[in-house]
Amino acid sequence: MQIGLNHLLFLSTALFFIGIYGFFTRKNLVTILMSVELVLNSVNLNFIAFNKYLWPNRLDGVFFTVFIIAIAAAEAAVAIAIIINLYRSHQSIDVEKAEELKY
Amino acid sequence: MPNAIYIALIPLLPLTGFLLLGLFGRKIFKNSSGIIGTVFLLAATLISLYTAYGYFFDYGKVNGIYQKLFPFNYTWLTFSGNLSIDMGVILDPISVMMLVVVSFISLMVHIYSLAYMKGEERFPTYYAFLALFTFSMLGLVLSSNIFQIYIFWELVGVSSFLLIGYYYDRPGAVAASKKAFIVTRFADLGFLIGILVLSFYSNTLDFNTLIQRLTTPGSDQLKTAVTSSFLGISALTWGTVLVFIGGAGKSAMFPLHIWLPDAMEGPTPVSALIHAATMVVAGVYLVARLFPLFSIAAPDSLHIVAYVGAVSALLAAIIACTQTDIKRVLAYSTMSQIGYMMFALGIAKYGGEDGLGYTASMFHLFTHAMFKALLFLCAGAVIHYVHSNEMGDMGGLRRKLPVTHITFLIACLSIAGIPPLSGFFSKEEILLAAWQQNKTIYWMGLITSGITAFYMFRLYFSIFWNKDYNDHHTSATKGSWLITLPLIILAIGSVISGFIPFGNFISTDGNHLETGFDAVFSAGPVALGLAGIFTAMRLYKKQSNRPDKISLLFKSLYKTAYHKFYIDEIYLFITKKILFNLVGRPAAWFDKNILDGLVNLTGNTTQIISEKIKGVQSGKVQQYAIYFLAGAIGLALLFIYWWN
Repeated sequence: MQIGLNHLLFLSTALFFIGIYGFFTRKNLVTILMSVELVLNSVNLNFIAFNKYLWPNRLDGVFFTVFIIAIAAAEAAVAIAIIINLYRSHQSIDVEKAEELKY
Repeated sequence: MPNAIYIALIPLLPLTGFLLLGLFGRKIFKNSSGIIGTVFLLAATLISLYTAYGYFFDYGKVNGIYQKLFPFNYTWLTFSGNLSIDMGVILDPISVMMLVVVSFISLMVHIYSLAYMKGEERFPTYYAFLALFTFSMLGLVLSSNIFQIYIFWELVGVSSFLLIGYYYDRPGAVAASKKAFIVTRFADLGFLIGILVLSFYSNTLDFNTLIQRLTTPGSDQLKTAVTSSFLGISALTWGTVLVFIGGAGKSAMFPLHIWLPDAMEGPTPVSALIHAATMVVAGVYLVARLFPLFSIAAPDSLHIVAYVGAVSALLAAIIACTQTDIKRVLAYSTMSQIGYMMFALGIAKYGGEDGLGYTASMFHLFTHAMFKALLFLCAGAVIHYVHSNEMGDMGGLRRKLPVTHITFLIACLSIAGIPPLSGFFSKEEILLAAWQQNKTIYWMGLITSGITAFYMFRLYFSIFWNKDYNDHHTSATKGSWLITLPLIILAIGSVISGFIPFGNFISTDGNHLETGFDAVFSAGPVALGLAGIFTAMRLYKKQSNRPDKISLLFKSLYKTAYHKFYIDEIYLFITKKILFNLVGRPAAWFDKNILDGLVNLTGNTTQIISEKIKGVQSGKVQQYAIYFLAGAIGLALLFIYWWN
């Protein structure tokens, strides 16, 4: 069976909603971070797929993907730094334990 | 003219003194501040005298006419191409004369205060304020444009306020300083509007150009200023009257005089300097400075000046007869004498012999500064000795204070117009001018002069004769030489200043003016003065009940005069009852209920709504993410919906 655009889009949508689901249900900050990565990667997949099947002669989608990977790496570093600090002050990385910042 | 920059030093030296004493006085110059202030002022006085000598005898006169000189002019604020506020210096006979008066009297007061104010806790502050006042007053007389004079005018008002309220722990002094400030500020509003009107029609703020443009017949500015009118009165008349209101406020003219008697709450040397000799004549000086404008372009305003002056002179003289606080008597006498100067200006005409009133007014200003400062300083010496302001506590002091007694007598004779003292010459000149121009005013002036002689000698006999002084104050301080020296110098000034031929120096157009006095004409006023003195002697030389009997005879008149014709009460009625109730209270109600209500309404509404919706910000990150996702999906749906 030839893998077409629809297959890839289906995969990327599935990945996206798995990420969203994880983001809302997990309480552990590291898992939440992983869910965010999933969402980002589903977007990457979308870019690559459209690039390959619609405009095979151009590289715009690929460039975007490279950028997103770079930004995701930076974001992961910042997020982990925040998580470490949170752990130091709360002795936990549970999001529900860190909710002092409110009205 | 020779190097002129040194003239700027005259006001700047006291300013330096003020900054020095004001900033460091309390810490560094605790005891030497009086000396420092006096030395600065001595330097300023010497430069003033040098300038006066140079102006009157060297470079001031060109072809027999005294010129207006502008040693320098510095553009300070530019509004438009042809309108700017300058900081300049004008030298003409009246400004040079005032320069000498202000710096000389101020120097006397500085010396006197060295002893009088000794031991006061805020001694450096006192000298700082004194220097500030002297700076502002010197700046005022040297101002070359009408806005500059306004700036210094306000500075003078502030320093007067500060010095009246010097004893700030006395409620009376605080109330008096506020009263003085508010009344003169109110008058200054008129002055400011007057400045705006005059400068609007003449397109300039500079005195010289302004007068030139508005007095040249046929000039465009004069035409518009005369033809445009408000309430049937020409703009030019409005402008000059408004400026005169400012002058009347500062010079304590009826009906804006109410602050002056209360201002006597300040230290006595301050009363001598500010509220007798210099600041209160600022109004006279202002009218004299704009005199060509008043007399050529707005003669109606000059009539107002004349009648306001004459009424003030008479009214204040009557009130002075009934007061018992010696400083208040002197305050009313000051008001009366300034009334003289005002009406002398009011009856003068520009140019030639008809300008006699102008010369006489300036002459009287000069001699009055001498003898009135002397009277106040003597009163200060007496108060220092007796520790009371009331006539009843005094009497028989002639042996205790011999120098004060003699100098006070000289000043009294001078103000009563007894020849050959200075007051005689200047007063005769004023009365002569009034006789030539306006008989009504002449009679008012004549009656005033008789009353003046009476109340001054009432004061003299009550202080120095009357009963024997029983010396229950063993600690009473004899005057040191620092107190008697200024008294003697000023007494000499009061004797000889009458012989200065003022007509040679000051006249409306700068020309020489022949001022002789007519022995036959003078006989009447002098006889009246002597009659006043004699009456006072009969009543007050020996302690008796005659004054009380007479006051009972004219009971209602006496009571009215004793209560200063109820003018203070009228003011209080107008402000408290009418203004407060009809304007103040509704305005306060509107402010409290409507304006504040609107502000509170917005505040309360915001608070109620925010109370309701604040739960959204729960601190739970994932909840935020849900809102975010819902928003994003909503936007996406909206987008899709519109796309098709």
